[in-house]
Amino acid sequence: MNFKLKDILPQLITVTAVVLVFGFFTYNAQINMENRGIDFGYGFLSQESSFDVQFSLIEYDGSHSYFRAYLVGLLNTILVSVIGIIIATILGVIVGVARLSPNYLINKFAAFYVEFFRNIPLLLQIFFWYFAALRALPLPQDAEAMFGVFFLTIKGLYVPAFIWQNFNVFFYSILAAIIAIIVIRIQAKRVQENQGKQIPVFLISIGLIFILPLLSFLIGGVSLSFEVPVLKQLATTSFIYDGGVSLPPELIALTLSLSLYTATFIAECVRAGIQGVGKGQKEAAASIGLTPNQVLKLVIMPQALRIIIPPTTNQYLNLTKNSSLAAAIAYPDLVLVFAGTALMQTGKAIEIVSITMFTYLTLSISISLLMNWYNKKIAIQEK
Amino acid sequence: MLTNKQTIGRNMFKYLKQLTSLVAMVAVLFTFTTESMAAKKSKTLKNTQKKGFVRCGVSQGLPGFSNADAAGNWTGVDVDVCRAVAAAVLGDANKVKFTPLSAKERFTALTSGEIDILSRNTTWTLSRDADIGLTFVGVNFYDGQGFMVRKSSGITSTSQFKDGISACTNIGTTTELNMRDFFNSKGIKYEPVAFEKADEVVAAYDAGRCDTYTTDKSGLAAQRTKMKNPDEHIVLPETISKEPLGPVVRQGDAVWEDIVRWSLNTMIEAEEYGITSANADMMKTSDNPAIKRLVGAEGELGAAFGLDNDWSLRIIKQVGNYGESYKRNIADTGILPDRGPNQLWTKGGILYVPPAR
Repeated sequence: MNFKLKDILPQLITVTAVVLVFGFFTYNAQINMENRGIDFGYGFLSQESSFDVQFSLIEYDGSHSYFRAYLVGLLNTILVSVIGIIIATILGVIVGVARLSPNYLINKFAAFYVEFFRNIPLLLQIFFWYFAALRALPLPQDAEAMFGVFFLTIKGLYVPAFIWQNFNVFFYSILAAIIAIIVIRIQAKRVQENQGKQIPVFLISIGLIFILPLLSFLIGGVSLSFEVPVLKQLATTSFIYDGGVSLPPELIALTLSLSLYTATFIAECVRAGIQGVGKGQKEAAASIGLTPNQVLKLVIMPQALRIIIPPTTNQYLNLTKNSSLAAAIAYPDLVLVFAGTALMQTGKAIEIVSITMFTYLTLSISISLLMNWYNKKIAIQEK
Repeated sequence: MLTNKQTIGRNMFKYLKQLTSLVAMVAVLFTFTTESMAAKKSKTLKNTQKKGFVRCGVSQGLPGFSNADAAGNWTGVDVDVCRAVAAAVLGDANKVKFTPLSAKERFTALTSGEIDILSRNTTWTLSRDADIGLTFVGVNFYDGQGFMVRKSSGITSTSQFKDGISACTNIGTTTELNMRDFFNSKGIKYEPVAFEKADEVVAAYDAGRCDTYTTDKSGLAAQRTKMKNPDEHIVLPETISKEPLGPVVRQGDAVWEDIVRWSLNTMIEAEEYGITSANADMMKTSDNPAIKRLVGAEGELGAAFGLDNDWSLRIIKQVGNYGESYKRNIADTGILPDRGPNQLWTKGGILYVPPAR
């Protein structure tokens, strides 16, 4: 009995202390807000927001609710995080591998890149890319077309818009191709295990992913046309591009700086992972006659990934949270739209900040869970 | 059945209780004699006098309104309101601690008690006054929202704005809402580019990111002086909103609210009666009772706030009247030489304050 109490007591005290501290702050906040005549409540979320946002993935203007504004900010945060994570991963893997290259120039260039970008504060880099880009980019009327259809200007990157007919048929054709590839892969593995025959899955996959969508164009009635941006004059020296899709420079600068910064850390994770695999593994694999490609794919990478994934998860989380620096350069992310403008217009500081914190927490935990699941999948399976 | 020990304990407790109430009564009497009613009622005034400085929230740098020089000295008409309160309450206009705040932070800083006066070119609106635990005490600058464009664009009026125009501005201001109302009513599609800090707005507009920069006209005039080449930009004549800017205090401290309100009113009224920092002392012998009240030579105006009778004289002597403050900060710096609506009602403007009596 005594022994049990001794075990439980410290935990009990800790829990009580946490609850008390939390309760104290809640109570204090309540009293103070009451004294100062501030109402608490989430009713404002359904009110009309009456402010516009520059860039939104869903339909939104000031006549929509604050909740809709929250969604706009959230989606913009997710957008910049997802693009950032993809670019940072690709760049990070390339640079990480390059740092191990026997080629002196490639090796040193990668090392220089890593040391340079990871040692400058991110906010400075964001400012640099944004304002340097703004100063360096041409005005819309001076912009030269890239490949005839892209226009990179101070007001953003203008790209042609796709105008689809029967887009759903096209979409299903791609879906069918993907399913077919998966089926073939499973089949190919079985054939190899049973008969030792190798089927060129890669070539078949490429063929399928091109041929099926092509068929949808030829016989499925799918057609695609482009709407190329056209220069439009607003005033004597003021122009924009009309039509097409425009990506604001804020988005470009933010993604660029976030990915360049985070890629340096991912590169180091990748390097650590590859170097963490014993040299003997590679030599043993080569000695049983595997090609260099197979050595990397079947022996090195599966082991390296176990070392790479956990620290890379941290970098993904960092990138997502760092995206909140967007507010500095007017990219309408969650912090700028919701914890910025909406907070200001409603004065609901506690409510909005708590929602924002909870949202980032949820985002981070989702990424974390996903990566942990992947990590478990590639971990050593004890038999 | 009580034991002896318990009885003694009870009696002791009784005595102790009586003793405490006696001490409390004496203490109450004592505070009545040393502190005025007003000071007792106003927690903010008491705290300010205890600390020895006024805690004032200002902008992060808006020439003419609140701007710090290289040595960290704050100047501007908004700054002068806080200095006036410091002169009235503490006797020294320099006893102010300035806290630079972004538009986003300002109200939270005030309601949470980090500052006691918010004098930061803040627009008085119904929802701000009623909703979020704030009280506006007056107007120290009548402003309106306008647009700045590049001269080379050839635009001379907002009627020349076209679909697709991009407008740079600050977040967390009435500007964002007015801008939407304006463009919606004209049926113009626009791209709002909203930054957290004014410096970034100016830099982005100056670089050519936006076709127009919109904020309060005084702000436009002030920021224009910060541009690479101020002569390349013009402020369009149209005013699209009413922006009465004024100091704000926390709700719930009526005495402090009155002190701030009448410190501002004193500056305006002093100008009306021609009292300046230079002639304030001589005005004590004036024949006009209104003037004599303002310089503390007649009446007991300070007592209502728990202040001495020279509070208003100190404001005028140390900070000057409204006209002096305007001239020093806004006119002489070339921001807005013409006072426009910010002229006394007797001279064609709309500055009209209740009488100090």
